[in-house]
Amino acid sequence: MAKKESTLKNMLIALMVITIVSGGVLGFIYGLTKPAIDQVEANKNKAAIEEVLKTDVAIAHIETQVIEDLTYNLAFGADNQFIGAAIKTYSKNGFGGRIDLMVGMLANGNINKVSVLSQAETPGLGANMVNEKFKGQFDGKNPADFKLKVKKDGGDVDAITAATISSRAFSEAVDLAVRGFEANKDQFMKGGNNE
Amino acid sequence: MSNWKTFTKGLIKENPILVLLLGCCPTLATTTSAINGMSMGLATTFVLIMSNLVISLLKNFIPDKVRIPCFIVVIASFVTVVQLVMQAYVPDIYETLGLFIPLIVVNCIVLGRAEAFASKNPVWPSILDGAGMGLGFTFALTVLGSIREILGSGSIFNYRFLADDAQTILIFVLAPGAFIALGYLIAIVNRLKKTK
Repeated sequence: MAKKESTLKNMLIALMVITIVSGGVLGFIYGLTKPAIDQVEANKNKAAIEEVLKTDVAIAHIETQVIEDLTYNLAFGADNQFIGAAIKTYSKNGFGGRIDLMVGMLANGNINKVSVLSQAETPGLGANMVNEKFKGQFDGKNPADFKLKVKKDGGDVDAITAATISSRAFSEAVDLAVRGFEANKDQFMKGGNNE
Repeated sequence: MSNWKTFTKGLIKENPILVLLLGCCPTLATTTSAINGMSMGLATTFVLIMSNLVISLLKNFIPDKVRIPCFIVVIASFVTVVQLVMQAYVPDIYETLGLFIPLIVVNCIVLGRAEAFASKNPVWPSILDGAGMGLGFTFALTVLGSIREILGSGSIFNYRFLADDAQTILIFVLAPGAFIALGYLIAIVNRLKKTK
């Protein structure tokens, strides 16, 4: 086959055929991978909820509520008592942009555990926020007597060495979840009783 | 040029990173660990082989004046395929490479090979060229990633061989370390080529 001349008609046909075929192929692959991608997301979310709400009480069912821009996954025990909420929270002030956390709050107002969903902090510095050494300090703390600010800003959080900005963003995200939980706690408790 | 030479030239003699210095952006950014470097390399290899194959098939159908947009559409499609597949089946790696997967579209190696080789050669040599260049790229990225991971994190392929509290040379995980390591690597390769 001889090389096609660069006439307007040939150029239009070539570009159009290529884009249409590419679009078709991509649509097909998208449909093929979509269930698997959704599954991955759902598993990750579920694993994080179970991790941050791990207590002696087994979770019987989980309800999801979205209030303002936080997602509250409310966990109830076998006899419908309210165990706590796994709150998906965020901060946009990380060193590498947005940080997403899952914060487990118990009915008594304590922070149970924090899990990092996604972060883009500096490897070796801010990225160490995923380690127990840093995030473990929040476990079992009551926000009433544990100020969610790094020590440099007058709070009680031990910042990661050389990663104050990341630590600050982390604390801010946890604080956001705590305040959201406090504001809606009564309603969550009731939600369990109504059922 | 024989088919064998077409394949092997990308590995060392015309290695895209160490000799041609093409595609340095993903090289510097994604090689914080050996596994990241290797995954990035393999993703790029797949795109290179597939785009070389398709462009070589289409070379007579595409008029000269619109060849660049046509190549980009073909390349971008394969990159999106890789992205979707990685997101579905290797989510952990997808997450660490993140932004750099879509950026394979503008990786100069891919468009460079399409323009310089696939659009002028038959299908089979084009595939070999893509595979050779891709594996050369993967090789360079894996070596660079290993060096940075060993020095910067005290581990190799996520296997930590130092005590947990041991100090490592942090700068190698950060951007400046990428430049330093790549510089030395290129120096060593040049030295080896000279003595040959």
